[in-house]
Amino acid sequence: MTQSRSPRRSPLGLFLRNPTGIAGLSILLLVIVAALLAPWLFPDDPLDMVTRPFLWPLTDHAFPLGSDSLGRDVLAGVMHGARVSVVIGVAATAIGLLIGTTIGGAAGYFGGWVDDVLVRVMEVFQTFPPFLLVVVLVSIAEPSVLTITLAIGIVSWTTIARLVRAEFRSLRERDFVMAAHGLGYSSLRIVLCEILPNAMAPVIVTSSVMVATAILNEAALSFLGLGDPNLVSWGSMIGAGRDQLRTAWYLVALPGAALALSVLSLNLVGDGLNDALNPRARGR
Amino acid sequence: MRILKTLRRTAWQALPTIAAIVVIDFFLLRLAPGDAADALAAESGSATEETMTALRAHFGLDQPLIRQFLAYVDNLAHFSLGFSPLYNMPVSRLIGERLPGSLLLMTTALGIALLVGISAGVIMSCFAGRLPDRLLSVIALLFYSIPGFWIGLMLIVVFSVWLGWLPSGGAETIGTGLTGLPWMLDRVRHLILPATSLALFFIAIYARLVRASMLEVRDQDYIRTATAKGLSRHVITLRHMLWNGLLPITTVAGLHVGAILGGAVVVETVFSWPGLGRLAFEAVLKRDFSVLLGILLLSSFMVIIVNMLVDLLQAWLDPRIAAR
Repeated sequence: MTQSRSPRRSPLGLFLRNPTGIAGLSILLLVIVAALLAPWLFPDDPLDMVTRPFLWPLTDHAFPLGSDSLGRDVLAGVMHGARVSVVIGVAATAIGLLIGTTIGGAAGYFGGWVDDVLVRVMEVFQTFPPFLLVVVLVSIAEPSVLTITLAIGIVSWTTIARLVRAEFRSLRERDFVMAAHGLGYSSLRIVLCEILPNAMAPVIVTSSVMVATAILNEAALSFLGLGDPNLVSWGSMIGAGRDQLRTAWYLVALPGAALALSVLSLNLVGDGLNDALNPRARGR
Repeated sequence: MRILKTLRRTAWQALPTIAAIVVIDFFLLRLAPGDAADALAAESGSATEETMTALRAHFGLDQPLIRQFLAYVDNLAHFSLGFSPLYNMPVSRLIGERLPGSLLLMTTALGIALLVGISAGVIMSCFAGRLPDRLLSVIALLFYSIPGFWIGLMLIVVFSVWLGWLPSGGAETIGTGLTGLPWMLDRVRHLILPATSLALFFIAIYARLVRASMLEVRDQDYIRTATAKGLSRHVITLRHMLWNGLLPITTVAGLHVGAILGGAVVVETVFSWPGLGRLAFEAVLKRDFSVLLGILLLSSFMVIIVNMLVDLLQAWLDPRIAAR
């Protein structure tokens, strides 16, 4: 460990001193800004034809990233695609976090038969190949932003549940929890106000990776043509560009690069948070 | 003996999981819109009310739910996953035809991932904190972030379209009548791009895992003892440190079977690879849910079996585990 790091530094301060974490955060903010600005900069439907088809990138000032086989603006598509990715990524993770912390927390806090049953449920869910289960759920329920988000959330909760369960099991034996019991606090108050805040660090680290996984799942889903048909997303752009792979490979390369960069930024942030919040891993 | 005991314990634990999977699969099949009779009627284009009723009776769809479930379990016990009207053959035969292709792709990808990932992890841990480590860490994180289907398409652009070195899809060149060694080479050429696309993500995971677990054991007493004994650096790194690094790898590799299956769905579609993944995709397009859920059920079973094998492997690698 270097001397410049004082032991009292806050996790946020530690994160902000990590160059790769900062790089990840910067790219991530860029993606979020693109998602927010998309309807202002490109108010028209990105699925509309606006110019002649197969305009290569950097050949026309009005369309810096070119146009696809139907004359749709690639830049508008990439910006609007960021919206879909951010919304589904965050919402699916929120669902996964909610289910995962509830089930994992209950299993870890109560122990006994509740724990046995819930661990069994987790095991069952973990045997389903996650992406295959998403495909099954979405094709049964008809693809829309809502069903895709729910399906991705439903397959992602087990990781969080295992993590929260392990944290709760160790925390419930601690002195401050015993003290809370002694003071006559209700179980709900102990769980929400005493244990949960102390179990958050690993959950925060994992959730950035969960957002990345959710974005990848959504992209793969819409690449296969199982995305929301009324929205443009990076996956659906790659899927549409695939037919012109030999002649216009930029139609696949550009949205894919946006996708890879966003996922990379989330993983960098996740690594940075891990270093900042998990002192044991520091200095490695 | 120890191995047998582990096998009995894990098999016993797997039973309730298998039961739950069968129940969930059955209810998902019920939830799916339309049944086999609808699918057949849609296929033929003309169906009267009478023929629909007759079809439903034929497939047992007019029975109460519990009877249908028992029939479903009975079928499963006879290794039958139902009948696909769209392909006009039993689902189990359909899956059986595609399974070898998927297994070949998945094991090749896993092999590449383990080989490259473990090597990279060993190199990273030997140079921890220095340039080779940092460089490989960045590459690993990049591999971890790039979606397999996109890198697959980009590999096609480079190696098939621009360079013309490798075929862009399929499992073999059709209609050449190749045999022996040329046939093998043709298969391998078709396998390289899809297996690489599928492997990249897992290379990154194994590299990071091996690096972390080797750094974990680096400062332990037995390593110092080995150094004091005068063993060479290579022997210590490979025999003493890596052997311990393999244990977490087996756990994670077992957990990854499901993820590899999911990845195979998309990668097989990109490369028109004749496997389960592409069959699942075709089943979604044709709305043939008996095939789709058959694949889901089989995949879950595969995950359970692989995890049992991993338990056995771990009991063999580390005797302390069986004693638990």
